[in-house]
Amino acid sequence: MERGGREYTLWSIGILVVLIFALIPVLWLASLSLKPTDAVADGRFIPSEISFENYESLFEGGIDDSPFIKPLINSILIALTTTVISIVLASFAAYAIARLEFPGKRVILAGALAIAMFPPISTVGPLFDMWRTLGLYDTYPGLIIPYLTFSLPLAIYALVAFFREIPWELEQAAQVDGATPFQAFRKVIVPLAAPGMFTAAILVFIFAWNDFLFAISLTSSDASRTVPAALAFFTGESSFTEPTGSIAAAAVVVTVPIIIFVLFFQRRIVAGLTAGAVKG
Amino acid sequence: MAEITLDGITKVFADGQEAVKDIDLEIGDGEFMILVGPSGCGKSTALRMIAGLEDITDGEVKIGGEVVNGRAPKDRDVAMVFQNYALYPHMTVRENMGFALKLAGVDQEEIDRKVEGAAATLDLTQHLDRRPANLSGGQRQRVAMGRAIVRDPKAFLMDEPLSNLDAKLRVQMRTEVAKLQSRLETTTVYVTHDQTEAMTLGDRVAVMRAGALQQVGTPADLYDNPRNLFVAGFIGSPSMNFMPAEIEGGRVRLPIGEAELSEEVRGHRDGPVIAGLRPESFEDAELVGGLAEERGIVFEAEIDLVESLGSDLYAYFHVQAEGIESDQLADVVADSIEETGATDVREGEQQMVARLDPASKIKRRDTAKLWADTSKLHLFEPESGESLAAATGEAVA
Repeated sequence: MERGGREYTLWSIGILVVLIFALIPVLWLASLSLKPTDAVADGRFIPSEISFENYESLFEGGIDDSPFIKPLINSILIALTTTVISIVLASFAAYAIARLEFPGKRVILAGALAIAMFPPISTVGPLFDMWRTLGLYDTYPGLIIPYLTFSLPLAIYALVAFFREIPWELEQAAQVDGATPFQAFRKVIVPLAAPGMFTAAILVFIFAWNDFLFAISLTSSDASRTVPAALAFFTGESSFTEPTGSIAAAAVVVTVPIIIFVLFFQRRIVAGLTAGAVKG
Repeated sequence: MAEITLDGITKVFADGQEAVKDIDLEIGDGEFMILVGPSGCGKSTALRMIAGLEDITDGEVKIGGEVVNGRAPKDRDVAMVFQNYALYPHMTVRENMGFALKLAGVDQEEIDRKVEGAAATLDLTQHLDRRPANLSGGQRQRVAMGRAIVRDPKAFLMDEPLSNLDAKLRVQMRTEVAKLQSRLETTTVYVTHDQTEAMTLGDRVAVMRAGALQQVGTPADLYDNPRNLFVAGFIGSPSMNFMPAEIEGGRVRLPIGEAELSEEVRGHRDGPVIAGLRPESFEDAELVGGLAEERGIVFEAEIDLVESLGSDLYAYFHVQAEGIESDQLADVVADSIEETGATDVREGEQQMVARLDPASKIKRRDTAKLWADTSKLHLFEPESGESLAAATGEAVA
């Protein structure tokens, strides 16, 4: 018992340290976002006066004039589209890789891995030129396509591991029960792989949501600029004021969808894992 | 309800391994057919070929008179019970059992009625809304059976359905499976590596070895007239005792004595053979009347071990003899080693076991007088492993 108690204490201290390390910057950001413009540089952790003027400035002027609303919508749509397409394609690919022997399987896996390791910065230049020629520059697909390129390998690898865990007999049982291969996939394999799919979905969403490099290089206007890129174009109230407060407020706002997304899917992941053991 | 015909089916895997070799088998309507053999003998592959889960390299599978080679599993109208049950973990028992009917587009009322009927049969009614994870091994096994019977398919295919249960439950479920099958009268193909299951369950048993069919017959037929060494050694527990022997002038010379050849093999040429005697063909000589002694051999043996089971008494002894070399027996031994992890072969000795009347007074380390009933002697060709009786019988026919 005593040993368990000591272990518990050590773990608690460890977790506390990590939490402080991770959360202090976020709290600092939140604090900054709540300070009025003239108090931003006062160096106090707890604001002496709480003001929502930074948040108001973000949404001032509605969709046309606000520097933030359109990029936020862009971010949400682009990240969600990327996630959906990526998970659908990756689950098909991963299923084939986990279940079938076909020529070129190793090439596909190796190729996916190579792409995942490829530094995105080296593709940005060529993409800029190509997208301008093809008319994809500053459009949604112009961002979704490179996001897919880099998120698919990740999703495929995560899902292959999950599909391999599912006994083949389940699928064969479904086939003998009268299911077509696609029905067996949809009604038996997908529900069982759901935790894996949600895990992959979270990873892909976060990747697309956080990207700055492609967003800043392949967009030129609010037509498709996402929040991380838009933040770089924030201006202060006059040309002499730093936009620190509004950037902080925007950063807090963009964190919220991620938290909601993760909390929502985390519940699904736990539910999936406890839904039932497979083996008898 | 349908008969299943296997016409020369062969399975060659992509790596060139020939798992099933040219099997011909007729399974009658409503018959309970067992495929039995040691692990890796191709019995499961053969079953999966009937189900449509493995492609058929050569030959034809017919279900109810129709060739089903090219058909997907879903179009064959057979139900399969898997070794690990393969229950859908994300569905309740009710949904598991009704899945096939739902796919077939049966309306919900009908599904409920059938599922509840099957659940009542299998004593699962109070578990219908639970998930497989919350069921015991025996209950899961019953759900797997239930999933098969609600569909009322043309045939049940069962792939070692009882092997994941503990010994006691297995015996109990064995009886239930037998009862269920005889009541439903649905054609059933049942794969097992357990010869006891094979002997107790089946109307007929097909013994397989290394992808090939060895013998098909009723359990009693396989037991009394094994066609070759493999079947003789595989069927029966404890297995048949084997010893080298020599035929000379109408008599057979065994390490334990000499005997007349039985009528059916009397004309056989002289030469070495392998002799087999089942454990129950021995008896304590003290307990055998003088009359019986006339048709047997009385010999002395040192008893290595005595196991008393109350109803029977097993006496282990050895006879001085050269080892027997036979691939078929090696396969049987390999299989029993795999199961028990033990082998009791010693150089220059042949280990034997006798099943004696429990009234016998034989003790360990005694040198006892045993009687062997030579009318029950099985003789086999040493090279081919074929039974002399079968060979002669065929020659006459």
